[in-house]
Amino acid sequence: MAIELLSVGFLVAMVAASIRIGTSLMYATLGEMLTERSGILNLGIEGLMIFGAMTAFIATYATNNLAIGVGATILVGLIEGLIMSFVYAKIGTNQHVWGVAFTIANFGLAYFIYRLYFGSPAVIPTVTPLAPVKIPILSDIPILGPILFQQYAYTYGAIILFVVFAFIFKYMMWGLIVTVVGDNPIAADTAGVNVYRTRYVAVTLGAIFMALGGSFLSIAQFNSFLFELVAGRGWIAIALVTIGNWKPMRCMVAAIFFGFVDAFQLRLQALGLTEITVAGTNIAIPFQLFLMLPYLLTIVFLAIASRTADYPTALLTPYSRE
Amino acid sequence: MGTIPILAAGANPLDAYYEMFLGAFGNVIAISEVLVRAAPLMLTGLAIAVAFRARFWNIGAEGQLYAGAILGSFVALNFADWPAWIHIPMMILAGMAGGALCALPGILKIKVKVGDVVTTLMLNFIMIILTSYLVQNVLKDPFTGWPQSAPIPDSATYPVLIPYTRFHLGIIIALFFALVVGYGLIQYTTLGYEIKAVGSNEIASRLAGINPTAVTIKTALISGSFAGLAGIGEVAGIRHHLIATLSPVPIGYGLTGVVIAVMAGLNPFWVVVVAFFFSIIINGSQTMSRVTGVPIFLSEIFQGLALFFTLFFMFLDQYKIRRVR
Repeated sequence: MAIELLSVGFLVAMVAASIRIGTSLMYATLGEMLTERSGILNLGIEGLMIFGAMTAFIATYATNNLAIGVGATILVGLIEGLIMSFVYAKIGTNQHVWGVAFTIANFGLAYFIYRLYFGSPAVIPTVTPLAPVKIPILSDIPILGPILFQQYAYTYGAIILFVVFAFIFKYMMWGLIVTVVGDNPIAADTAGVNVYRTRYVAVTLGAIFMALGGSFLSIAQFNSFLFELVAGRGWIAIALVTIGNWKPMRCMVAAIFFGFVDAFQLRLQALGLTEITVAGTNIAIPFQLFLMLPYLLTIVFLAIASRTADYPTALLTPYSRE
Repeated sequence: MGTIPILAAGANPLDAYYEMFLGAFGNVIAISEVLVRAAPLMLTGLAIAVAFRARFWNIGAEGQLYAGAILGSFVALNFADWPAWIHIPMMILAGMAGGALCALPGILKIKVKVGDVVTTLMLNFIMIILTSYLVQNVLKDPFTGWPQSAPIPDSATYPVLIPYTRFHLGIIIALFFALVVGYGLIQYTTLGYEIKAVGSNEIASRLAGINPTAVTIKTALISGSFAGLAGIGEVAGIRHHLIATLSPVPIGYGLTGVVIAVMAGLNPFWVVVVAFFFSIIINGSQTMSRVTGVPIFLSEIFQGLALFFTLFFMFLDQYKIRRVR
């Protein structure tokens, strides 16, 4: 059995689903991109997303109010972001090892707190998830309507944020400052830029986006905080930042593309398909290949395009004024 | 430091630690299980310790573990007529080669600064997904149809050394590699010295006639081969099939290996000690959780906090030295 890829109805549904499923990746990728642009690699992203998902879920469950769920996530992202930025910017050495520590501790804490709150109930606790928002008139446009204007508020937010950050990095002073701090902190300091403060802001904002990316999973895309809910999306975001060449719009396209890849392989699995039809030819493709794709492409990108890559030169290099 | 979460769970910390102790040392089975768990932790910890010494930031011991398990299982499954004294060494060699090959792309570091961190991290997932593909398709056990390979033949199974436990040959192999091969390499060989030289000052090492690229490649191969050996141990000693869940999810032996290596100060002898410590905590918290109701995830909180404290003290130490000067 095979499915025909090139039917309009299928494609529209798939693209709409990719943007929806890609939302969590968009927030995570934006957060990691912003962090890396300031010269810091945050490997704590996976754990922070898990913690954000847990926070949003419990806050929403306890208050029955999605806005409080989102607010609690932002607060947690802010607090963790401040701790992380202190560690990454001030201590600096072994960023990647600190990141591993953040991920392990956040994972442990998130499920520990969840178990404390709910015990081990026979029925998995759920919340009423966020509903997609249909934008009047625009959502009735054929093809574009279902793709762009029948999405979650989260999704609109992610796209707007990417546009805002693309603008900031291209036209605004702060974007330039972050870039210089990420490329050459010594020069930035000489020019009177406060390297630490810039990194505090970038890492903390990034952490808020990461936590939000996790929360989308537990209170919008799904309605519970299951084990393996985040399922490596944080690590994929690190891959996407590389594939996106540390550029906001390219990162967004990469996130949506992997939303597409994810939606596609889920459909293949759901239909139990082992081959797809492209223009009449059957091609056997295991769904695992799609799961692997972001990771494979990252390595290919680093191997082939590394000479032209615009990576922040000071990434992983600690900076200290003494 | 783990006492706060235990109190939060409404349990008596003394009871909890007592149960943890019982879970780890309560009887012969419990003690042997601690050793069984410590073996892969020792090897991934050793893999990372060697790599970090050369500032080769290998976050991919997990992937190398699976790569070793895949190639080792291939040898184990395909040459069933070999006698054990050839089969087991060949399987070990294949597993070490698998892990080594999987670590090799990490040398992209030479071009892009974060190349090693990102590449080895990505290879973790590639290898886990590849294993999952293999056991669901090509290598699927034809008899049970479960997502695991056919059982490996007896000639490729690590013998059990203490009857009625799972104390297998792999534990001795892990101890041998950590205490003799790893310690010897770092302490007594030229390569061990070169690794340290490249790690502490690449420019100076270049001036001393060392080729940092060559040393980094050798380090990657050695580091990966240790992690690959951990994968073989899990297949040949414990599971007896290739499966896609050889290591805990999502904090597998590879990440715990980072915690262990850093806490051990990248010293193979201390890697063994710290690996035992974490093995006790991981196994003990299972019993503690069953008896006292404190959630099992305490073990990850412990790991995370332990790494925080280690890094923080390393930072203070460094700071102190700089200030005195």
